[in-house]
Amino acid sequence: MTVNLGTMSDKSGRAVGPVLDIDGLKVTFATDSGDVEAVRDVSLDVKPGEVLAIVGESGSGKTVTAKTILGLLPETATQSGTVVIRGHDVVSVTPAAMRQIRGRDVAMVFQEPSTALNPVFTVGWQIAEGIRAHSAHGHRVSAKEARKRAVDALRKVGIPDPEVRVNYYPHQFSGGQKQRVVIAAALALNPGLIVADEPTTALDVTVQAEILQLLRDLRDQYGTSIVLITHNMGVVADLADRVVVMYQGDVVEEASARTLFAEPREDYTKRLLAAVPHLGRQSASEGVTKRLHQDGKVLVEAKNLTIEYPGRLGRPGFRAVDDVNFTLSEREVFGLVGESGSGKTTIGRAIAGLNRVTGGSLKVLGYEMLNFKERTFRPLRKDIGFVFQDPAASFNPHLSIGECVAEPIVIHEKASPAETRRRVGALLESVQLPSSFAARFPHELSGGQRQRASLARALALNPRLLIADEPTSALDVSVQAKVLELFRDIQEEFGFAALFISHDLAVVDMLSHWVGVLYKGKLVEQGIGSHVMGAPQHDYTRRLIASLPVPDPAEQALRRAEHRALLGT
Amino acid sequence: MSTSELHASRGPILGRLPVVSHLRKSVGLQRGMLVAGVILTGFFLLATALAPLLAPYGYSQLSDNSGSFPTQQAPSAKHLLGTTVGGYDVLSRVLWGSQTAVTVIVVSVAMSLFLGVALGLLSGYFGGWLDRIMVVIADAIYAFPSLLLAIVMSIVISRGQSSFWGGILACSFAITVVFVPQYFRVIRAETIRLKAEPFVESAKVVGASSLRIMGRHIFTNATRTLPLMFTLNASEAILTLAGLGFLGFGIEPSSASEWGFDLNKALSDASSGIWWTGVFPGLAIVLTVLGLTLVGESINDLNDPRLRGRRRAGTKQLKAGKA
Repeated sequence: MTVNLGTMSDKSGRAVGPVLDIDGLKVTFATDSGDVEAVRDVSLDVKPGEVLAIVGESGSGKTVTAKTILGLLPETATQSGTVVIRGHDVVSVTPAAMRQIRGRDVAMVFQEPSTALNPVFTVGWQIAEGIRAHSAHGHRVSAKEARKRAVDALRKVGIPDPEVRVNYYPHQFSGGQKQRVVIAAALALNPGLIVADEPTTALDVTVQAEILQLLRDLRDQYGTSIVLITHNMGVVADLADRVVVMYQGDVVEEASARTLFAEPREDYTKRLLAAVPHLGRQSASEGVTKRLHQDGKVLVEAKNLTIEYPGRLGRPGFRAVDDVNFTLSEREVFGLVGESGSGKTTIGRAIAGLNRVTGGSLKVLGYEMLNFKERTFRPLRKDIGFVFQDPAASFNPHLSIGECVAEPIVIHEKASPAETRRRVGALLESVQLPSSFAARFPHELSGGQRQRASLARALALNPRLLIADEPTSALDVSVQAKVLELFRDIQEEFGFAALFISHDLAVVDMLSHWVGVLYKGKLVEQGIGSHVMGAPQHDYTRRLIASLPVPDPAEQALRRAEHRALLGT
Repeated sequence: MSTSELHASRGPILGRLPVVSHLRKSVGLQRGMLVAGVILTGFFLLATALAPLLAPYGYSQLSDNSGSFPTQQAPSAKHLLGTTVGGYDVLSRVLWGSQTAVTVIVVSVAMSLFLGVALGLLSGYFGGWLDRIMVVIADAIYAFPSLLLAIVMSIVISRGQSSFWGGILACSFAITVVFVPQYFRVIRAETIRLKAEPFVESAKVVGASSLRIMGRHIFTNATRTLPLMFTLNASEAILTLAGLGFLGFGIEPSSASEWGFDLNKALSDASSGIWWTGVFPGLAIVLTVLGLTLVGESINDLNDPRLRGRRRAGTKQLKAGKA
């Protein structure tokens, strides 16, 4: 993907000096339980043409810092310190002056492109809206002129046929293209600074690679400075020049990207970097040459499995899973990878009886899911555990952790309350939670603790099969590392078979003995984990692995050059 | 709204009761509205509980030891708020009227609550043809003017005549029929939303029966709007009751006191300068409805973190030490 060079007329006159200078920023929120200091003392600056990454875990204050730059904080926040953009202090300017600064001097790219665009207006109108809002020289920009500039902006971000596409509505674009449109809207007035808040988190890996390339081209060709807010160290390694690490509202460390990854100074940074999964390291199937655990019983067997979602009246249904064959044996961990919409979650849910199988055959513990009846399947449910993606949503907020974990025991066995309590305590301890947590409510636990409790509930009846659907994707990196380690230990201890579903190749590789790659409902490749990751056979798998940024700037630069042809950039 | 915000504090049981917990997290104007509503409602409930002590005469009393009450007499020392055209003491009628109002609210809202919640859970959870039929019926009931429906129901139930309980039940049933679709809709919508939540799915995966899922997982999470609906419907119930009484389908003055009925009888007084027979029952209706509505609306605003006012950050919380 190439980016066409536009005019660079107004860039030349720009003074050299920091584009953004934050000094002693402090932000406090009023909440029901008193004041919360989201940002304690942050000072940083961004030079022209520089990509500054602010990294940190959730709650570190990185997004609040980004919102302060654009004056987007809610009414409940109070801020002190200075945030200077081209001579204007954003903290103290009037709302009217702030509106002038937004778009002209600084623009924002949001996380979720599908919600950042208004579905009832054409993308051209939405880009032009920003242009027309800034009638810089006292005269209004005509509709025709604004449209022309919108077309230019779309061309800049590499949307094909911008003259035609300018009249399209957001739903006519794919997710990656929508993010390009959002970036085009941010670029419409040639701001010197773009704040990108998790710009690729909602996108698939292959699309992420394209957007990162686009941002890099913008920087190289237009000299736009970028503040990149992200939790993904791979993205940081791929794009950032300089990195600011935040933790609990404070800047912990600031260094150039290469220095930070090579020689982190602070303990927190070291721990953070150590927790990031790195493709090709810690593979569960390192040195394995033959599929493991094939002597045991086959627990799940899919033959020409097809799952269709019914279409609207008169339209054909959507085929989510198309002609898939695989087996899962006792004690084996099967990793299922794929991007969103590849059908991986559908397969997991079908095995648990949450989705209907519409064709082929799926045998789960000997039960044919094609003629699924809740009544006949229920006795088998005690042998199947399920860990959901979002631990916050998978617990009933009105029940204590103990009651939630005890639920399977209460339903399937007639255990006495004392016996149930004892077993819940033991289960919580086996997932490294103190048994006193049984009395707590889900919201009183952190994300990682909740996911441990979720694992405890799934293991309550010692199931033979465990399905884990993206169990760590809602967690911070350091928490993810601990949960993955726990998962691996417990799998070895309890010896259940597991279907591990994830979009993250590195995570799947860390746990799985056997890996299947799904693409648009088809299982395009399966094999021993380290083989699939090391020497992918199918084109799609190759592209997927090439797109995944590794958390090491030097290595990532090499990979990028190597895979340039494959990625089509 | 995230679920964690719903249970910001799991303190002692008193602090978690609907109105008390709302009072605690309110500030400024919102707090003023809530307090005003609570005070008005408090007066109303107090009048109900103490009517036998406070009221100088019975609701149907027409005479005492010194002889029959005069009719249409202006407020005096003996009859603080005057007497009606029928010779009833206005103050006593107003106080006793609150008892009728509370009984009707409790009976009608309790009945519509149970029916509406049960039907909403079943309809939302199972879906399919059952859901479709119930929604059509609910829509059909919505299409009727509620007072007309209440009149029809009251005729059907009591054939227009009324004893105390007959009248109260007739009113309550009539109001129930009007309110059930409201509860049904709210609970059904919540059930449909909750049905897709991961914690309901995780209960399904564990093997919980439909009854258990509905009772233990959906019901407890679907009821957060009920205190709000209760207060708003209570005020609407009073208005419907008063409307029925005003139109002559209410409760006879000999079996209970009813504000709407008194208003009806005061209709002809208004043109002849006799203001006290109409103003006081009318005021009672207005203040009670205002009180309940203020409580309901405040709860509604306080439940939504986006509408809830907060102290600015940095100012010290007054109750920080106590809480």
